[in-house]
Amino acid sequence: MDKAKIKQLSITANNIRKNALTAVHYAASGHPGGSLSIADLMSLLYFEVMNIDPKNPKNPDRDRFVLSKGHCAPALYGTLAERGYFPVDYVKTFRSASSFLQGHPDMKGVPGVDMSSGSLGQGISAACGMALAGKLDNKNYRVYTVLGDGECEEGQVWEAAMFAAHYKLDNLTAFVDFNGLQIDGDITKVMNPTPIDKKFEAFGWNVIVCDAHNFEELYNAINEAKTVKGKPTMVLMKSVKGKNVSFMENQASWHGTAPNAEQYAQAIAELDKINAELEGSC
Amino acid sequence: MAKKATRESYGEALAKFGANENILVLDADLSKSTKTDTFKKVYPERFINVGIAEGNMMTVAAGLATCGKTVFASSFAMFAAGRAFEQVRNSIGYTNLNVKIGATHAGISVGEDGASHQCLEDIGLMRTIPNMVIINPADDIETEQAVKAAIEHDGPVYMRFGRLAVETVNDPATYKFELGKGVTLKDGRDVTIIATGLMVPQAVEAGKILAEQGIDARVINIHTIKPIDQELIIKASKETGAIVTAEEHYIMGGLGSAVAEVVAQNAPCPMRIIGTDRFGKSGKPAELLKEYGLTAENIAEKAKEAMSMK
Repeated sequence: MDKAKIKQLSITANNIRKNALTAVHYAASGHPGGSLSIADLMSLLYFEVMNIDPKNPKNPDRDRFVLSKGHCAPALYGTLAERGYFPVDYVKTFRSASSFLQGHPDMKGVPGVDMSSGSLGQGISAACGMALAGKLDNKNYRVYTVLGDGECEEGQVWEAAMFAAHYKLDNLTAFVDFNGLQIDGDITKVMNPTPIDKKFEAFGWNVIVCDAHNFEELYNAINEAKTVKGKPTMVLMKSVKGKNVSFMENQASWHGTAPNAEQYAQAIAELDKINAELEGSC
Repeated sequence: MAKKATRESYGEALAKFGANENILVLDADLSKSTKTDTFKKVYPERFINVGIAEGNMMTVAAGLATCGKTVFASSFAMFAAGRAFEQVRNSIGYTNLNVKIGATHAGISVGEDGASHQCLEDIGLMRTIPNMVIINPADDIETEQAVKAAIEHDGPVYMRFGRLAVETVNDPATYKFELGKGVTLKDGRDVTIIATGLMVPQAVEAGKILAEQGIDARVINIHTIKPIDQELIIKASKETGAIVTAEEHYIMGGLGSAVAEVVAQNAPCPMRIIGTDRFGKSGKPAELLKEYGLTAENIAEKAKEAMSMK
């Protein structure tokens, strides 16, 4: 992946972060921390990797995406808006009664949302169903899903993990956003789900560990997954919760708290500054 | 005619109407009991065993349905509606996806396995989910046609089947299943008996008991509990002035509640609700049905109570 591409994807990721924060700020509720940690992945998937068309969101041959950690809807909506599924300004209606942007993803209302989610542990199962349908129909599409690390405490995740390996769903790539924090604090102190990589390996998955904020590593992991036959791939991506907003980074308290006007202005200023530096770089 | 369990009829109907390539059948390691193995024998490539993981099964079914599949997901009612309730609610109901839940071993007639496996809550649970259609067929004829109707219906359907072999009450030559429409098995003007599933033949028998006592009872089979046939119930209330309901389900949340909601809001009349009032237990199905009052005699008794309150 060349530098110009990485630069562009980085800028897009920060725009997604801005959209997500705008959504949460205007709604005065929502989940910024985990939205910021997956923004780089969302940029890479929707602007480089996935075979999708905002003008034809129901194309049966498209790649699918399921946000298993559905509370990070601001990142998904911010991405879909940036990609042209609906106007960017519409993210300001997030969580309001007149908007189709529900607090958690709703496939019936939001163009580009392939599966409703929000109840943790279910998204990965739905992604398994989509991947199995692709196999049965001899389609070439791929299915991507993103789980939270805390979400791996849900038993259903492991039912799905067993299922995906059993049915050799090598068209499925799952990511775990490994930021180490859940609502009540450090994941290893609340209810330790680690070692997540070893567990998925034991369940029969191909596992890749990488940096969630390094496009090259993420891109290589996604491409490796495409070459692995007979096994689903888990990409355990080490991330920073609240990434790129100084006062939100690594703070569990920003899991589900909306920034006030001052905090929002500062966050946007920080992201604009990072993007300006990126624009200025060669 | 020989007795047959509605779960047997379910498996046969899946095999009979399952030729469409888009139909998939999922089961959670109970295919020999739910009888989805009858489908599996004919279409093994479209049968998916998910193992003992009902929650995952429901959401996998939803994922398959987003890709245009018509998916049947089967387990015992206890696990399909009970354990996997939230998956059914969020992944299938909220999304209005084309998933048909084939829940067998409903009710106390499960018998020897006891209370842990006797689901008496499923109708109540499924009724609270918007978009969900609920069908509780009474016999072989009705089950076959109900499965066909479920395939033709675009959206989620919960189908409730029993373990116990039951007699056929409907005439195979003339019976026509209509989703959402009740079936009047006997006309009458003094009282109406409304039954579902395995209680339908008991209701017919109760009608005969009452006739011997000079009471002209109307007998209605409600196979579709949601959406319920409001018109038929309102008419029965107005014309007979008293209603008794009978179901193999807890007395709260099931057919009785559904009928009472219609009656109380449209045409109030005295009612009696027959169902179970406590957890089940192990025993022979016939013994249990008697002990819990799920008999023709009790229906006739309660019908007279309802009449006395007119």
